[in-house]
Parts: sequence; C-alpha cells; structure tokens
Amino acid sequence: MTIRRDDALRLLARHAPDDVVVAVFTTAFDWIAIRPHPLNYITVGAMGLGSSHALGLALGRPDKRVLVLDGDGSLLMNLGALVTVAAAAPQNLIHFVFENGTYEANGSLPIPGRDRVDFSALARAAGYRKSYTFDDLGAFEAGIASVLREAGPLFVTLKVEPGIPPNYDYALMHAPHLRQQFKAALNG
Amino acid sequence: MSLHLDAARASTSGAGRVHGRGIINEIKASGVEFIPCVPDIHTSEGLLRPLALEPGLRLIRVCKEDEGIGICAGLSYCNKRALLLMQHTGLLDSINALRSVGVEYSLPICMMVGLLNKEPGVLPRDSKHYGVRISAPILDAMGVEHHLIETDADLGLIKPAIDAAYARGHPVVLFIGTSPLP
Repeated sequence: MTIRRDDALRLLARHAPDDVVVAVFTTAFDWIAIRPHPLNYITVGAMGLGSSHALGLALGRPDKRVLVLDGDGSLLMNLGALVTVAAAAPQNLIHFVFENGTYEANGSLPIPGRDRVDFSALARAAGYRKSYTFDDLGAFEAGIASVLREAGPLFVTLKVEPGIPPNYDYALMHAPHLRQQFKAALNG
Repeated sequence: MSLHLDAARASTSGAGRVHGRGIINEIKASGVEFIPCVPDIHTSEGLLRPLALEPGLRLIRVCKEDEGIGICAGLSYCNKRALLLMQHTGLLDSINALRSVGVEYSLPICMMVGLLNKEPGVLPRDSKHYGVRISAPILDAMGVEHHLIETDADLGLIKPAIDAAYARGHPVVLFIGTSPLP
C-alpha cells in the first residue's frame, strides 16, 4: 500500500501548523502549497543536505521542533547523515523520508535498491531513538500525534505515490526573499 | 622556480609554525560555538584533539565534509557561528555544496582546511602536491575568499575573516599551511 504524498502532507500540516520544516525538491513544492509559512525552509542548495541543514537548525534552536521532509533519493545521497544526526542526538528533530522509489524531480527513474532498502531500519541501526513506517493514510492519521509528542531524533518512513504534479518553480525555491523571511521569522 | 615564504616561515622549528592554542583562542574570540569536523592528520593532534576538550565549543562529528556545510548554514539562520574543520581533500569533495549554499545563497560558511603535504615555507600554489596546488585556484575561480595560516604571525587573520563572513554573508576558507603544534 502507499499514501498519496499530498494527503500525507495535508495531515502533517494539521498537526504541525507552526513547526520549522525543512523540505526538499518535489516534496518542498507540495509542502509550500499546502502549508505556506515563513518557517518553511526549502533552500537546501545541494541534493542530500536537507537533514544536515535541519540538524544545524535543531542544534541552534533547541526550543523549536524541526521537521525534515526528505526524499529517498536525497537521503541515499547523504546516508552518513543518519549517523551524524543520531550522534548529535537533537531531541527536537524528526526526520521524515517520503519513499516513492524514484528520483521524481529528475524524470522518475528508480533509486538504487528500490523496494529492497529499509530506510527506517537504517535509521534505527544508525542510532535514531525510534523509527516508524507508514504505508496507509489511516494508520498515519492514527499515529502522527503521538509520534510528534516524542523526543527525537525520530525517523518516519512514509511510503508514498505522487499526488497532483507540482509546479517545479526553482526560481522560487532559490529566491533570496524566502531565506530572509525565514531568518526573520525564526528570530522574530 | 618556486616562490618561498621567508626564512623564518620555512623553518620546521616552532618559530616557523603555528600553534593550535593560538588558533583556538582566535576561534573563540570570533564567537564560534560549533565545530563540525572530519579529522585530518595534518591538524588532528595540534588542533582538533585540543578543540574537542575546549569548554564553550561543541564538536559535531560529521561523516562527510559537505554535511558540515548544511549544518553551518542551519546554524547561521539561528545567529550561531560555526567553523567547519577538514582536510583539503574534503574541501575538494564539498565544492558543489560550497557553490550553492555558500556562494549562491550568500551564507557565512567558514571553513578551516588543513593543507596536508604542503611543504613548510612553500606557497600552496607552488607545492609539488597537486591537490594542495589546485585548492586555492579553485576557490579563486568560485570567488571564495581564502587566507593562509602558516605561522603564529598569521593568527590575526582568523577573527577578521570570520567576522567579515558573518557581517557580509559570504564563505571563507582559512588554510592551515603547517601542521599546528599544540
């Protein structure tokens, strides 16, 4: 089974209306449409670095909960980050990976190890405090509130299928005003 | 013919070397609180090991150098200063992250980079070692500011470089030319 990505994001937005959220690539475009907010951080710059930016934010602002909405291809590009995050052990960081088995923003070609790699098991083995996997919207809806109450670092795999194709507005993704807006909101 | 630094710098004695204690003092004077790092044999004993014991600094051990660039970026949005420690091989491996996060996003990514195998007293561009020789020219091509910390006489470059990076929003690389003494 799988969850539509936009359904998962709508559900998450209801439970995390004001959290700092680092979102990457296709998920970022869906997320900013579903939850427009100055604390959205979509300017990760280089593929794979989403969780690294999030770790910096979580260590710099331990009073704020930081969610990272990673892609499976992105995570594979920086797999050591699982170990780094687990070692730094920020209690305020929750790492979601939206697993669709493809590099969706790059033509939907398959990732290595598609349908074989177990991301939640990798995170747990790396030292995340707990990890979860959801492949059904009802189960995610039933579990998300309690997951968000737990101390991190936590890892959540969401097995997803694409929703409505997003508008890949890369000019917006890299726009300076979004970075300035984020910094002002974080420190305001 | 190779250009050489002055005779004092060419010395392998303590007089022509840089001391880790001095580097640490400058790092702390710069307001740095976080040190993401990958160990580098060029700086491990004289700098990283004492840094790990230094009160007021938090070491973040990263698996790969470009992770550190993301971490420094996230911290900068929180108004927290960081210095990323690595070997020049790690710098070469992190060029795309430095390009996008540091240069194109105008973020204060401050890096201290050990020039393993650089000959004492020899300018990096004149090193016999290819990786050492090309590091600064690559940064020049990217428009990234860099400085060489070769002896204690260069310690005064550190704080102004870090302050300027945070004030103006740009990356900076501080090359460590000689293996620091403790």
